Amino acid sequence: MIPASFDYVRASSLDEALETLSEHGEEAKVLAGGQSLLPLLRLRLAYPGTLVDLGRVEELRGVADRGDHVLIGAMTTHYEVATSPVVREHCPLVALATATVADPAVRHRGTFGGSLAHADPAGDLPAVARALDMEFVARSPEGERVIPAADFFLDYLETALDPGEILTGIRVPKLGPGWGFHYEKFHRTAQAWAIVGVAAAVRRSGGAVEEARVALTNMGPVPVRATGVEQAVRGADLGANGALRAAAERADEDADPPSDLHARPDYRRHLARVLTHRALVAAAGAA
Amino acid sequence: MTEQLDAGVVARQIKESDVLGGPGGGREVGRARRRKEDARLVTGRSQWTDNIQLPGMLYVAFLRSPMAHARITRVDTSVARTQPGVVAVFSGQDFAAEQGSLPCAWPVSEDIVIPDHPPMAVSEVRYVGEAVACVVATDRYKAADALDAIEIDYEPLDAVTDMTAALDEGSPKVHEAGNKAFTWTFAQGDIEAAFRDAAVRVERTFVQQRLIPSAMEPRAVVAQTDGDAFTLHSATQIPHILRVMLALTTGIPEHKLRVVAPDVGGGFGSKLQVTAEEVLCLLITRRLGKPVKWTESRSEGNLTVHHGRDQLQRISVAADADGRIRGVKVDLLADMGAYLMLVTPGVPLLGAFMYSGIYKMDAYDFTCTGVFTTKMPTDAYRGAGRPEATFAIERIVDELAAELGMDPIELRRRNWIQHTEFPYTTVCGLTYDSGNYEAATERALALFGYDKLRAEQADRREREDPVQLGIGVSTYTEMCGLAPSRVLGSLSYGAGGWEHASVRVLPTGKVEVVTGTSPHGQGHETAWSQIVADALGVPFEDVAVLHGDTSSSHKGMDTYGSRSLVVGGVAVVQACEKVKEKAKQVAAHLMEASPDDVEFTRGEFRVRGTGTSRTIQEIALATFAAHDLPDGFEPRLDADATFDPDNFSFPHGTHLCAVEVDTETGATRIRSYVAVDDVGNVVNPLIVEGQVHGGIAQGIAQALFEEAVHDADGNLLTTTMADYLLPSAADLPAYTTDRTETPATTNPLGVKGVGEAGTIASTPAVVNAVVDALRPYGVRDVPMPCTPERVWRALGQARTPQSTDGGLS
Repeated sequence: MIPASFDYVRASSLDEALETLSEHGEEAKVLAGGQSLLPLLRLRLAYPGTLVDLGRVEELRGVADRGDHVLIGAMTTHYEVATSPVVREHCPLVALATATVADPAVRHRGTFGGSLAHADPAGDLPAVARALDMEFVARSPEGERVIPAADFFLDYLETALDPGEILTGIRVPKLGPGWGFHYEKFHRTAQAWAIVGVAAAVRRSGGAVEEARVALTNMGPVPVRATGVEQAVRGADLGANGALRAAAERADEDADPPSDLHARPDYRRHLARVLTHRALVAAAGAA
Repeated sequence: MTEQLDAGVVARQIKESDVLGGPGGGREVGRARRRKEDARLVTGRSQWTDNIQLPGMLYVAFLRSPMAHARITRVDTSVARTQPGVVAVFSGQDFAAEQGSLPCAWPVSEDIVIPDHPPMAVSEVRYVGEAVACVVATDRYKAADALDAIEIDYEPLDAVTDMTAALDEGSPKVHEAGNKAFTWTFAQGDIEAAFRDAAVRVERTFVQQRLIPSAMEPRAVVAQTDGDAFTLHSATQIPHILRVMLALTTGIPEHKLRVVAPDVGGGFGSKLQVTAEEVLCLLITRRLGKPVKWTESRSEGNLTVHHGRDQLQRISVAADADGRIRGVKVDLLADMGAYLMLVTPGVPLLGAFMYSGIYKMDAYDFTCTGVFTTKMPTDAYRGAGRPEATFAIERIVDELAAELGMDPIELRRRNWIQHTEFPYTTVCGLTYDSGNYEAATERALALFGYDKLRAEQADRREREDPVQLGIGVSTYTEMCGLAPSRVLGSLSYGAGGWEHASVRVLPTGKVEVVTGTSPHGQGHETAWSQIVADALGVPFEDVAVLHGDTSSSHKGMDTYGSRSLVVGGVAVVQACEKVKEKAKQVAAHLMEASPDDVEFTRGEFRVRGTGTSRTIQEIALATFAAHDLPDGFEPRLDADATFDPDNFSFPHGTHLCAVEVDTETGATRIRSYVAVDDVGNVVNPLIVEGQVHGGIAQGIAQALFEEAVHDADGNLLTTTMADYLLPSAADLPAYTTDRTETPATTNPLGVKGVGEAGTIASTPAVVNAVVDALRPYGVRDVPMPCTPERVWRALGQARTPQSTDGGLS
């Protein structure tokens, strides 16, 4: 398809981008890697008057070790995130999930922040953000604020970011030693969205689960934290047959799965339970 | 394994020697030559329709119906005309007097209903995506923007989306004449006796889902005129047929219309069409006197490139207790969509003669009803009718094997035509000239490790492993090399099936071959060069192949139905023979010998028993100079040939597929895939390998991934690749391929065609494997595509006691 006409501004700094955004108000839209926005434009599902391209804003790029957390610049590409030694060492779940995003071409163009700010519940990163309690750093002309993941995703493709605000970076807390991770993605083709995905982090002590974090991709308009599973799995004996499976049965408790061409809700619920079990097993095994 | 095969059949894969020298010692045919055309194609130095730029060119964008069925009550283009860059806006009314009706060249029965099919809808729309207006503007973007300013009022009419319901008395009608386009029947033998006397009868209904062809290059059209004559560039498979049809449709005299298919990026049948956009671009150019271009977007293509398959197949088989098949009955509903396009009604007929597959039987009964619905018309898509037929027979043979408790390979052995029985006239009346099903199957079984996989399957079943192993078999054959003009005529097809070639020998001894076939990715330039190199003894590099332009190639029937090599390649051989005969006259004259004493080997004419010789290049130059030619000799070596074979060709093979089905999630993973194809003699093993790989991918795509989905109102829901899932390399397994070579006896090259074989063979192999994996759970079918959700639901239904069907409809 052919997009409707729009103005294009390539910002060279964050301040310039913020200034342009405030100038154009709600008419303007931020362009990061373009892997989600451009298809929307081409299908004429979005008609922004102005695109503010952050592609040349170097300060928004890169990964930094900040002691208790890792800061990932919003414009860091998926490829850069997935291959970053810092991310791999301190946030393996992020590296695992990011490596499953779409295909190599998309991973080299698409950005970590762009994907999260787009807030597609079928995207792989929102669930990871919820599981790890990431924090979203946003800047506006008024200054900087930090939004916890639990408050960031408001609805389908809707976040807590204000129109004049730009997501600059994401803080990923280091969980520390003893954790194992897994991202279980179920999709029909390599490039297709996840029908259901499960992000899991498990800390074990000896043969039992001490603590777990589980969140689901594409099981509702926003990523779903499977708190029921997290409670049920605490203390589960890994040697006992069926303990993880029983906990995983609670995976879809708080879900509101969509119905689409690839899966109806009852199937998605079933998948969430099966895949959560597999994610728990894998994460616990890797711990 | 090779030693066990019948003499004359050689199982072989691509070997080093194929690349370096060819098995025949310096012969080009049989050599895995890299394709001549690829360097320009992969470096972007090729001429696609969309990269043609002409001075003063205008761009066309089409407004398409958002409704599946509606009356057009008002059209207002006045605002659109005032938009920036807009040169003209047209609606159907503007073309009503001159646009004619898009042609259907295959009226399959006397009483067939062929509705009027205006390229641009005038008063009624019958599918979502039908063109209702267009903008012509100075650039593509302005044209697209101005579409929003066209106002059209529709009065909605009832959509007709279900073939079965469409035939009900009270169904809303797609056309005045009703929803039945035709019924076509064919019967051989005493079918009632066959079924009455049989010990076992199995009946199934299979759904051939609607598919959307996805060529790498979208359709594109460039039309231009010098005020008198017209040139149409189009991403088409059929420049020659298109020229005739456009002349008939638009009234532009045939000699004033040149059609060019430049480099074309795939078609798979979707560009075997006379499209509304081609006609309309010509009309617009005629109206405005300016060149115009239209290139479809992918989502526009999903809506309006003709769709494929979409049949409902009720098939039953009757067999003796020992498995001997007595008869097959087929009752088919075929969704035509809203109109009959170029060969829409003929597609199921191309399958009608293939439901007996490779098997011997006493009786056969076939009925097909073509049904109108308010959807995009269907038409040829890779295999056209034959994948559907092959799927049904290969699926039901596996079902029969399950019913009999017999190994599916063993059941096939008991029924297939033995290699000693060729030529064999099947129950459908086709004469299969050659084949060796035993050899291909033995080779496939060995490569696959059939027994070992069966043992693993038994073990997994025993252990109740959540991941079950399934093994699918497809021992297919197909009829291709679409040709015999007489046969096509007897089936009411509107044209013949011959093919034409011209061979021109240039003064320096280089050779130009003009072919009437129209490649769109197949590699004709390479294969034809190999054929000519051998026939005339000139270097491979010295041959150029011209194609796809009606001004340079005036005669042709184009490319589809795996016909190019089998018909067009043979025409090249025949033209070369004539060239050689002429050159021999000249050579004999120059060497002062009798032509009878002159022999020709590898480009050299030699007087037998002497050292005197002339190269073909020397003869070419001498003929050009024409100073010293035999008396009365016309000074040219060039020659034409038009070949019309007596029979179709019948490639065959055995495909085996092993899948792992995760019974918890329903996910299917292809674990191994073996294809042993017999496409007769092979001109270029590398090209054959490519065709087999791509073909299998497309067949697997139907089995597991692709499906055009409409809602109850007739809206296509799969307009983008996010919803219409095309598998990529990442989703497909590595294939193990091999060949047996049983030469065709019906053409001098001994070739059979390979363009469609992989697609025809693979779909049933995969679905048979999926069902085989689930059979212990009581599943007897999974409708295509066998998505994880469908597999999961089939399992759920089979586990529910009241379910008798096992499948998900």
